[in-house]
Amino acid sequence: MLGLALAYMRDRRFATGLNMLLLALAVAMLTILLLTSSQLADRLARNAQGIDLVVGAKGSPLQLILSSIYQMDQPTGNIPLASIDMLRRDPAVAQVIPLALGDNFRGYRIVGTEPSYLALYRAEIGAGSMFGDHGEAVIGAEAAAALGIKPGQKFIGSHGLGNGEGAGEHHAHPFTTVGLLKPTSTVIDRLILTSIETVWDVHGIAHPEEGHGSGDEHEEHAGNHDTGPMRAGSRDELAPEVTALLVRYRNAAGAVRIPSLVNRQTGMQAAVPAIETARLLSLLGAGIDGVRLFAWLLAAVGGLSIFVMLLNAASAREGDLALLRVMGASRARVTAWLSGPMPRSWK
Amino acid sequence: MTAVLAVNGLSKAYGGMPVIRNLSFEVGTGGHLLLLGPSGSGKSTLINLIAGMLTPDAGEIRIAGEEMTGLKATARDDLRRRRIGIIFQTLRLVSALSVRANLRLAQELGRGQADDAAIDGLLDALGIAHRADAKPRELSQGEAQRAAAARALIGRPDLLVADEPTSALDDANAEKLARLLLETAQTQGSTLLIATHDRRLKALFPESLSLPALAREAA
Repeated sequence: MLGLALAYMRDRRFATGLNMLLLALAVAMLTILLLTSSQLADRLARNAQGIDLVVGAKGSPLQLILSSIYQMDQPTGNIPLASIDMLRRDPAVAQVIPLALGDNFRGYRIVGTEPSYLALYRAEIGAGSMFGDHGEAVIGAEAAAALGIKPGQKFIGSHGLGNGEGAGEHHAHPFTTVGLLKPTSTVIDRLILTSIETVWDVHGIAHPEEGHGSGDEHEEHAGNHDTGPMRAGSRDELAPEVTALLVRYRNAAGAVRIPSLVNRQTGMQAAVPAIETARLLSLLGAGIDGVRLFAWLLAAVGGLSIFVMLLNAASAREGDLALLRVMGASRARVTAWLSGPMPRSWK
Repeated sequence: MTAVLAVNGLSKAYGGMPVIRNLSFEVGTGGHLLLLGPSGSGKSTLINLIAGMLTPDAGEIRIAGEEMTGLKATARDDLRRRRIGIIFQTLRLVSALSVRANLRLAQELGRGQADDAAIDGLLDALGIAHRADAKPRELSQGEAQRAAAARALIGRPDLLVADEPTSALDDANAEKLARLLLETAQTQGSTLLIATHDRRLKALFPESLSLPALAREAA
């Protein structure tokens, strides 16, 4: 059973189709714009979830957040290995995850870290196993799909953090893919994860085999450089370093004490993701407001087009409605036919 | 014998300007009346009053003995649906429905159910059986007029009212349509009332009234 309205729609198939297409396009564009603007904030929040503080080399705190959490910008520099133990010894700190950046494979960043980094994003091994020995790597779902890498395959990383960037490839230290991650819809999907020791090995940096606490001589920060997690410890040898530390507090006291401790008493800086993300969103605010205004304009145009369409339809059927009334149909019956079922016998 | 249409002392004015003043006439069962009058003489107003789509300022109208004036709108709709068929010059059929579907709609409005045999018989009698499934815009001028007549007659109304049915037609087609309406109304047992300014029809009707003259006479 179809309504008289459907009979009119069938009678003017082409015009009806065009009107429906116009309406669908307006709704689709509005939906996409609203989803895009809301997902930007959601994605930023999701990638920073579980990270209370980022510790890195002095520089722009926003740059530190962008490079360490969102993997979007150059790191501000490296920090001493001893900083890991310094923070881990603090009773207000629940977790410290070190990151060592500096290389990429075909544009996908190679991140030296610990297995606990995966838990931060609830990432699980989809195939193969977790990285362990030197040279082993686990690939994020998006990177694995784009690169076509499978467990067991080897690849050679390039220096620098972007495709075509940097000074060359590390031919002497190929990586072996041992695992692929399941998709998480977070930044980890686009990363290649390995151990920090592997990153040091690739760059020819001598390092202690176990633990990170032997670097007292490195407590003074070495300043900015962009050649990977290393610095000149003496005249001829490179000392092991990390790029940033992702910190999670044990209690609220950590939020009060740790940032000021890092900023005042060490050569490093502490950046709070929530503050920097809010600052980033305020920087992008004008753009987001513009997109939102555009979305509302689209909604207004869509609504107006529907109104015009209905007005035209009502005008075009004025004669028919009058005829129905002349034939004895009450106002209520005409309204019911237009919105409700049409008698089978009319078809 | 009860008159199919009885108009008594009817008056109607718009904004203080009288259009119909103290009008009275009757048409008996099987009778046919031609109401002649120029544009603005109140023909359309009179048809709307008879059909119950307007209410008079004074006077009464009875359709087959039933009072049309003094009723609520829904009761007037019901009386119109049961007793009256109307043909307009341009307002003929519901545009989205085929000729057959229009006739089914008219039947359901008038009687509560459709009768395909009656539809086929009437369309055949009017010579448009082959156009039963055509949409109104696919019909020629003559076919559309006959389809409009079929739509008005399918409910077997006591009173068939036609408003300017021939004004856009040449002499031959005007006469053809008028004869068709007379014959079909005769066959169906309906009383025919045609309101027009077309004096060519006067020769076909044994009885005709000039609307302004009639109003003046009554006054």
